[in-house]
Parts: sequence; structure tokens; C-alpha cells
Amino acid sequence: MKTKKIFKKNKLLIHIILIIVSVSMLIPFLWMILTAFKTNAEATQVAPFIIFPKEWKLDSFIRVTNTVDFLKLYANTILFILLRIVCAVVTSTMAGYALARLNFLGKKFAFMVVLLQMMVPGQVFVIPQYQMVSDLGMTNTIFALVFPGLVSTFGTFFLRQAFMSLPNDLEEAARLDGCNIGQIFLYVFMPLTKSAVTALSIFTAVFAYKDLMWPMIVNTRKSSQVLSSALAQLQGQYASNYPDLMAASLIASVPMIVLYLIFQRQFIEGIATSGGKL
Amino acid sequence: MTKSKKLGLNARRRRGEFLWGWAFLLPTIVGVFILNIFPILSTIKQSLYKTGDFGRSNIFVGLDNFERLIHDPDVWQALINTIKYGVVEVPISIALGLVLAVLLNKKIKGRTIYRTILFLPMVAAPAAIAMIWKWLYNSQFGLINHIFGTNVKWVSDPNIAIYSLAIVGIWSVIGYNMVLFLAGLQEIPKDYYEAAEIDGASGIRQFFSITVPLISPSTFFVAVTRVIAALQVFDIIYMVIDRSNPAFTKTRSLSYLFYEYTFMDKNVGYGSAVVVLLLLLILVVTVIQMIAQKKWVQYN
Repeated sequence: MKTKKIFKKNKLLIHIILIIVSVSMLIPFLWMILTAFKTNAEATQVAPFIIFPKEWKLDSFIRVTNTVDFLKLYANTILFILLRIVCAVVTSTMAGYALARLNFLGKKFAFMVVLLQMMVPGQVFVIPQYQMVSDLGMTNTIFALVFPGLVSTFGTFFLRQAFMSLPNDLEEAARLDGCNIGQIFLYVFMPLTKSAVTALSIFTAVFAYKDLMWPMIVNTRKSSQVLSSALAQLQGQYASNYPDLMAASLIASVPMIVLYLIFQRQFIEGIATSGGKL
Repeated sequence: MTKSKKLGLNARRRRGEFLWGWAFLLPTIVGVFILNIFPILSTIKQSLYKTGDFGRSNIFVGLDNFERLIHDPDVWQALINTIKYGVVEVPISIALGLVLAVLLNKKIKGRTIYRTILFLPMVAAPAAIAMIWKWLYNSQFGLINHIFGTNVKWVSDPNIAIYSLAIVGIWSVIGYNMVLFLAGLQEIPKDYYEAAEIDGASGIRQFFSITVPLISPSTFFVAVTRVIAALQVFDIIYMVIDRSNPAFTKTRSLSYLFYEYTFMDKNVGYGSAVVVLLLLLILVVTVIQMIAQKKWVQYN
């Protein structure tokens, strides 16, 4: 009886802590939304301080969508993310399968190369990668954005783990049926790694979407920018008009947040499993 | 005869595995060599050159760039800023992430909702996050000063700006750490807690004597990856602190300095030297962590 009471009290305490933390997580987002619907005069009024806009004004949204081609930015960002996913999934499943399920000369060496790459900070690659893209005359293209992600050592490592966790006798049965290694990979193993491939896709998408330095370096022209780098540039233009900046941030953030809210379980599990297995 | 036939079959199978194995690996390995291995060597090489027009017409200068680096107060300041940021961001985000994971691991109502909210910053663009926080921190019109009734220059006072930025870093990454810890908590057998319950150990006692030691492999993993990420901090600082900000030199990180030297000043040789320094810093810190783990990480 007594312990039950303590237990209930504890639960209340846990809820209080979680609510406080959740609120502090949400306030920045709510403040972005509230500010986006204010006029600049309302946003910069201090006495009295204004929390809710008197009128929910769309002016800022109209202004930023008139100066920034968000449709183009969405299209570029989506294409960029999709290509990164396709590249990562195709190359990593193949490489991960070879490293996990086949035995051949040079495998250890290949795996060492993969591990080495994973340990080196990304900035080390930036200058030569930029020089390559620039030598190819490919700056300001979607290819330039995708370039560093044409292959994924992280994905290779992650799928290697996934393939290794599958039972041993799968190959035997398929081999007896006369399948070659390519067929075994395609028809036996690929269908069994759907969850790992989903996790890798989500992981790749989120990190491509969040990438700022690389898009800023390779694609400076407006027509080839993505959401993250365009937002960075916008800040210079609207330096102190916060309702406009918040409106632009909101437009840029909403699609990913909506996707996340719909697929939150897959998002969290995808990032937890892929991040956790590293 | 059957034996030789079997051998032939084995040899054929081995050859098959060799060919398929390398065919499968080829795109990745070729890619890694072009995109990563060559760039590592190229960056190191360029750090030994004085660069003309973006990497063209280079002059070999040996270790001159590094000598300049050692005498460059901006580099030292950036190193200090980067370390300050990491020292605040990493331990706090790990501690909070772990506590929240433990709380969410209990059977409570609304778990999914809490988890979804805490993880939300992970899916927002850093540029948007940075602008929102810059606005929250605004000393005249910002929400934070209004709520606390203060008049602090959060991101333009050189003494505190880097910590304000670290708070944004913590806020952004708590949910991610928490989710990794939640995965780690699944591995701890429930009977440990049941036994502790019977012995009358309090929740806090259980946390420190069961959860903390048994989750240490996850903690180690999170610590290593968080430290590496924190030492590369760029986005928030670049977005929040503009060049006219009085706290600019007191917040500029090594990554920022690398970006500035290389892509704004177009001094590729010197930028490469900065990035080599960053690489060495990360390697040293990671090796230290690898050695130190023997003292505190418990593997079953």
C-alpha cells in the first residue's frame, strides 16, 4: 500500500520533469510560428511584450515566397536527398553483403578502408572534393550536392552488421536450388534487410537535409541551392526582420517535421538502430 | 575421383566468391578511394604548399603553414572556443540524454508523445534552429530575456556567447542521445532491477548502481561520437554569430576558421593546415577515450 503511494508520487514527478523538458523543446518551435505571423512592429515591441499576434498576418509568408523560389528549393532538396539515398542504399547493400557473407582475398583490407574513412572528420575531404567538382565543371548542379555521398562507408558498415545477423544456412538452401551469388543476394538477402535499408534511408535523408557547409560551398547560385543553404543566405538579406526569417524557417522546416510526425517510429528507430550499431 | 571433383567444386565456389565479392565491393571501394583516401592525402599535401588561385600554381613551403598556425592567435582562440563548446555540450547532453532515457524507459502514459517531442530538433534544419535561437536570445526583443526579466547579451557578450551556443547544441542533440540510450537500456536484464527492488534500493540508488555501470558501453559510444561531432561544430556558430558580432573571435570554432580561410580568404594551403590540426585533435582525443574506456566501461 505504502510502496504503491510512493510509486504514484514518483510517476507524477517523472511526468513533471518530462513536461518541463518537452515544453522547453517545443517553445523555440512555437516561438518561430508565433513570430512568423506577427508584423515586425509587433515582434519588436517590448512594452508590453507581445506573445500572440493581434492578427495572424500572412505578410511575411507572402514576402519571403515572393523573393525566394521555395518550390525550386523543395525540388532541389528532394532530388538531392533521393539521389543520396539511392546511392547509399545501392552501393552499401552490395558492399555490406560482400563483407558480411562472402569469403575472398582482400576482404579484410577493404573493411579496414571502410573503417578508416569512418574515423576521419568530414572537413578533411572538403577541399579536394570541391576541387574535383570544380575541375569537372559541375559546381551549381545536383551532382555536386550528391558527390560526397556517392558511396557510404557508414551504410556499408551498417548493412554489414544487418547481413551478419541473418542465419547461416540461408545460402546453402538457395545454392542447392542452383542460385548464383548474385541471385542469392537479390532474391534471398535483400528482402530480409528491409528494415535496415529503411533505417539507412532515413538516416541518409535526415543528414543530407541537415548538411549546411557542403551545399554552401558547391552551390552558390540561387537556382541550384537547397533549403539549408538558402536559409543561411536569406539571413544576410533580412538580417533584422525576424517575422520574415521565421516564416522562411517555418516553410523550410515543415515538410521534414510533417514526415517525421507521420513516420516518427521509423524515424526514431531508424536513427537509433543505425546510430547505435556504429 | 570424387575427391578431386569436390576440390574442383570448392575452387570454383571460391573463385565465384572472389569475383562476386569484388564486384559488389567495387563501387564502394573505388568511391572511397576517390572521395576520401585521395582527399586525405591531398589535404595533407596542400597543407605543405602556399596556394595561388584556389589550389593552382602552388609553391612548396614545407611546414611554413604549420609554423604560422602555431603563432596565429586566431587559431589558438578557435581551439579554445572549440574545446569550451565541447566541454559544455558533450557531458551535459549525455547526462540529460541518459536521465531522460531512464525516465522514458518506465511504463508511463504518453511515452511516445514525449519521445516524439524530445527528438523533434533532430529533424529540423540547423539553419532554421540557429535563426530561431538567435531570435530567442536577442537581447532587446528576445523571449528569453523577457521570460527571465534579464538583460543579458546572450550571443554578443564575448564572455558568455560560446556557452549560449553550447546550450543550443545541447537542446539540438538531447533527443538523439536519449534515443541511443533507450536502445542501450533494452539490453539491461530486468531481473537486476527486480532484485534491487526486493532489497529496497531506491530509484536513484538503482540508477547509479545498476543503470550507470551497465549502460556504460552505450555511454562510451555516445561520448566518442558526440566528442567528434562537437569538435567539428560549425552550423550554429556560423549562423548565429556574424562577423560584426563583438563575440565573433571568442566563438569562432576550428571548423569555422577552416571554412573562412579556405573558402572566404581563398587561402587553401593555410585552410588545409587548419583541417590537419583538427584531424590530429580528433585523433588524439579519440585515442585518449579509447584508452580511458578500460577504466570505466563495463562489458559483460
